[in-house]
Amino acid sequence: MAGKDGQDPRIQKISSAIRVIPDFPKPGIMFQDITTLLLDTKAFRDTIDLFVERYKDKNISVVAGIEARGFIFGPPIALAIGAKFVPMRKPNKLPGEVISEEYSLEYGTDKMEMHVGAVEAGERALIIDDLIATGGTLCAAIRLLERVGVHVVECACVIELPELKGRDRLGDKPLFVLVDGA
Amino acid sequence: MFAAENGLKGDPRLQAISQAIRVVPHFPKPGIMFQDITTLLLDHKAFKDTVDIFVDRYRDMGISVVAGVEARGFMFGPSIALAIGAKFVPLRKPRKLPGEVISEAYVLEYGTDCLEMHVGAVQTGERALVIDDLVATGGTLSAAIRLLGAEVIECACVIGLPEVKGQCRLNGKPLYILVEPREIDNCC
Repeated sequence: MAGKDGQDPRIQKISSAIRVIPDFPKPGIMFQDITTLLLDTKAFRDTIDLFVERYKDKNISVVAGIEARGFIFGPPIALAIGAKFVPMRKPNKLPGEVISEEYSLEYGTDKMEMHVGAVEAGERALIIDDLIATGGTLCAAIRLLERVGVHVVECACVIELPELKGRDRLGDKPLFVLVDGA
Repeated sequence: MFAAENGLKGDPRLQAISQAIRVVPHFPKPGIMFQDITTLLLDHKAFKDTVDIFVDRYRDMGISVVAGVEARGFMFGPSIALAIGAKFVPLRKPRKLPGEVISEAYVLEYGTDCLEMHVGAVQTGERALVIDDLVATGGTLSAAIRLLGAEVIECACVIGLPEVKGQCRLNGKPLYILVEPREIDNCC
């Protein structure tokens, strides 16, 4: 079985390919840097394969990736499972008509946007990002998709920071994660 | 150089790719006909064909690095990198990359911007491909070439604007483009 609890042998190599950068973007934060994972061709391939194996028979027609690191993992998964890729973007990036969802940051709020017409009611979606911390961004993505009648099957991340309790914030939405943040 | 003039003349996949791209008039400002690739990403076959055309071209060129320009280069680059066995290196806006970076400034219509890459991502002697969704003036791609240095073998884009038509090279590096920009349709 895959995922951090099942300990597929590929997981260990993925975990050790992730670089931790202390005090970025500010003191006290141990930043989980996936760019080193992307330099390890086998570990990057294994990361995608683990997600594809899990989702290929789940009738998923939409992979929604959160800007910007979700754009790195989402499209290869979408292509492999026959789904469309939908970018969930920061404000004013998408050129067409959008729907927006506001969400809380540590200080203030931000907005996430999706193109109108990218998805249809009744579609089954996977949301992908590199990491889940508090879960605020993922919750905004879930709300955006559910507002237009899409069924969010699962949220998937490479890394979870369990102490920030993002999993609880997702409530009844399943979360699948490969590794815990070191 | 355009794919149609370089071995893919009449390839039906190119027409389907072109037609999957949506034109959004007057974005981000009046007069700009924005080439929106998000509709291409919704068309699984056309998206797959886009990646396959690049993979077929680059798989035997000994390329060990695919560098994608933030953010739409991230949507195409990793799939190509995975298929050809190369690393993927994100080229990012300032202050996004957490580790030690090298930077390259480039000129915008008003002011300048900056592209960054992690130190150590690319070794001397590696062969690199730079990918972005679209090339207009070539300013961003030129900055990417300067960042990566002698290692760039080619720059690849899905769409090439008229400014680069007739140019097969950018900063001395070959440029490979799949399609020209779409015009707005009169019907709808």
